[in-house]
Amino acid sequence: MVRKIKAPKDLSKLKETLLAKRNVVKSRVVVCGGTGCLAYGSKKVFELFKEEIDRHNLFAEVELKNSGCHGFCENGVVVLLFPQEICYLRVRVEDVAEIVSSTLIKKEIITRLLFQDLNSGERIAKEAEIPFYKHQSQLVFGSNRFIDPKEINDYIAIGGYEALAKVLEEMTPQEVIEEVKKANVRGRGGGGFPAGIKWETTRQAPGEIKYAVVNCDEGDPGAYMDRSIMEGNPHRVLEGLIINAYAIGASEGFIYIRQEYPLATENTLHAISQAQEYGLLGKNILGSSFHFSVTVHRGAGAFVSGESSALMAAIEGRVGQPRPKYTRTAVSGIWGRPSNLNNVETLANIPLVINRGADWYSSIGTENSKGTKIFSLVGNVNNTGLVEVPMGTTIREIVYDIGGGIPGGKEFKAVQIGGPSGGCIPQQFLDMPIDFDEFSKVGAMMGSGGMIVMDEETCMVDVARYFLDFLAEESCGKCVPCREGIKQLLAILQRISRGEGNEGDLSVLEELADVISDASLCALGQTAANPVLTAIKYFREEYLAHILEKRCPTKVCQGLITYFIDPEKCRGCGACLKNCPSEAIDGDRRQIHVILQDKCIKCGICADVCPEKFHAVRKLSGEPVPAVPLNREICRGEN
Amino acid sequence: MKTLHMIIDGKEIQAEEGATLLQVARKEGISIPTLCEHHELSPYGACRLCSVEIVKGGRTKVVASCVYPAEEGLVVNTATPRIQKIRVIILELLLASSPKGEVEKLAAEYGADSGKFAKELTFCILCGLCVRYCQEVKGEGALGFIGRGVERQVVYYPHLAKESCLKCDQKCVSLCPTCILPNIFGLAIPAFDKTYPTVYPVRLLDENNLFNLSNTIK
Repeated sequence: MVRKIKAPKDLSKLKETLLAKRNVVKSRVVVCGGTGCLAYGSKKVFELFKEEIDRHNLFAEVELKNSGCHGFCENGVVVLLFPQEICYLRVRVEDVAEIVSSTLIKKEIITRLLFQDLNSGERIAKEAEIPFYKHQSQLVFGSNRFIDPKEINDYIAIGGYEALAKVLEEMTPQEVIEEVKKANVRGRGGGGFPAGIKWETTRQAPGEIKYAVVNCDEGDPGAYMDRSIMEGNPHRVLEGLIINAYAIGASEGFIYIRQEYPLATENTLHAISQAQEYGLLGKNILGSSFHFSVTVHRGAGAFVSGESSALMAAIEGRVGQPRPKYTRTAVSGIWGRPSNLNNVETLANIPLVINRGADWYSSIGTENSKGTKIFSLVGNVNNTGLVEVPMGTTIREIVYDIGGGIPGGKEFKAVQIGGPSGGCIPQQFLDMPIDFDEFSKVGAMMGSGGMIVMDEETCMVDVARYFLDFLAEESCGKCVPCREGIKQLLAILQRISRGEGNEGDLSVLEELADVISDASLCALGQTAANPVLTAIKYFREEYLAHILEKRCPTKVCQGLITYFIDPEKCRGCGACLKNCPSEAIDGDRRQIHVILQDKCIKCGICADVCPEKFHAVRKLSGEPVPAVPLNREICRGEN
Repeated sequence: MKTLHMIIDGKEIQAEEGATLLQVARKEGISIPTLCEHHELSPYGACRLCSVEIVKGGRTKVVASCVYPAEEGLVVNTATPRIQKIRVIILELLLASSPKGEVEKLAAEYGADSGKFAKELTFCILCGLCVRYCQEVKGEGALGFIGRGVERQVVYYPHLAKESCLKCDQKCVSLCPTCILPNIFGLAIPAFDKTYPTVYPVRLLDENNLFNLSNTIK
């Protein structure tokens, strides 16, 4: 039976006891249990570690931990060994016995499981020295590796809930708000609105009952920062939320978690019940006169429910659909009451601000963007995963120093930031610093932190089409500019990518995009045209090539490419003929093969199966298909 | 009630607190087009035709006048080039799906081009007048929305409609700005007595179908 923590000093006592216990243990094995690693089989790896450690009778000196995400998801399962801070990557069940016998017992490092630098071939053992981590500054995300998300004591041992204790013991709600304002914490969910000002508005809004709400409806394609914080360190978000509730004067709160995040829901519910047992939630928190309780609300699968008024409608039990927000939700939100909504990452920053002070916090970052930002670095980049960098870091540093550059030595083309509301930032802005306002200046936005790297083989018509396709389904469909406008933007782009574009299309796209931005009801519609607008702005030539020359320069748009077998290179092996699903290849043994263009469905299988030594299948775009040679016979011995 | 001072289209006027910009403008004899607004129903803000420009703190912003509340010192412009362009494009978008009734009339007035966007006729602009009348005025739920984004549509719930529509004044029919509801309604009601699906879509997929239906009803 857990005793309730009745005063802040009891929290520090508990922390000391926990640390004393922890110091007895000689080494610690941390198996990442984040969603990425789970998919690589981390649950089995963990179980096997348990068996092996048990078999060698090591549990007295080895502590085994299941943690949340560390960020280097591409290389799962990630296993850390302390105190040496060895980082093993891509660990599979068959490696576990060896790790225990070699590294844990004989203190020998297994080289093949270490990170290998792509350029130098050098192996790196220490986690902090791996370039992916070395250039990061994991102030928010870093503690994930030290705690089991299901274990509140782990969080308390690293100083968890100390900010809450400090707030309840030493600060008035107004002082908390002043501190957050001074730190200039801006909303990490997308808009970058100053959190302290929002808190103040909610606090000052008339009404007895107020709500503190967490937005965990992260839904941008490729983004999973909030998910990994919520899954890996739910107590930190909870602590931020309780502090927020104290500051705004709320005694009830909600955590809105999207349907697709079952582990985040499970860990959050578990964290809430532990916090209640410890007296960190409920009546008289830490012996103070402050009460606060929190409910988890699960989403039902709509992207638009991440918009504040739609999210609040959903919590009320109505359809998640935005309403006109001429009165802010901070003044009139859930059931018409003042409701403060913050994103997961924003709240996870709050304990840091309180513990280390606004002056320290605001020393990190740029003039108007403070602290760090977590990005999910995905796409055509060597090291994909979650990265946390101080504001002001350049895109180049993220893509090249942390991300390790573009695979296959290809050229960088653009980075898509901010998801469906954001935009494509081209090469000339590689040295742009991460900053809310800098991003807006070039037509993108910080968004929640999706960062999709694109190489030279990415078609910018296709990218814009992808995001509009997403939004056409995810718009709520209530207002005309968003619903009908996105539908028509998409139809025009589809025409362009089929080679049916005409000269007037670009001006219609731009004109329509302006109206959608100006006249839509909510932020989804107001920003929906950003991906297409930035694509046209920075890659106009590419659009014109599609429209005027009927040519897709990157040879991506199916309607604009033809497959062609180079007669000089074809050796008549028959691989393409055998694998073509639409019988579109004509040829015989020792005869040059030919694609019958009227039967070709452009699936590209012929190009995939053509042996590398021949490399005879080519994609053509915007040029005529060369004529078939009259004599198709391949002379013997010509191989 | 507090009296507010505002400037609409260059004219100094007084407005009552709590009124919407649309109400204030109409009282001043300024005409603003609407498709989803009705005096018996709560403001909805969906068609965006009533968009106007406001100047606040030196910044210009487009807002929907049917939901934006009157404010002290607000400067409102109802017919700037930017607003006219918004209205024309919205009408052009609507013409692509519903070129009849009110849409047709307003399109002619604003000179909207019916051929600008790819057509896919549904004859429903999702203004929600019928749905909201049913729910807000009648307190019934025979009509509703299903789907999201481009899939959004108005449907009957026949099991509810069977009870409520027959005893109702069916004013939803005359509210329909694109004339689809009167046509489909006549057909749908008798079908409620038979085996019916759980939802019955209001929108139709092609124009011919619509006219066939209206002939059948007459």
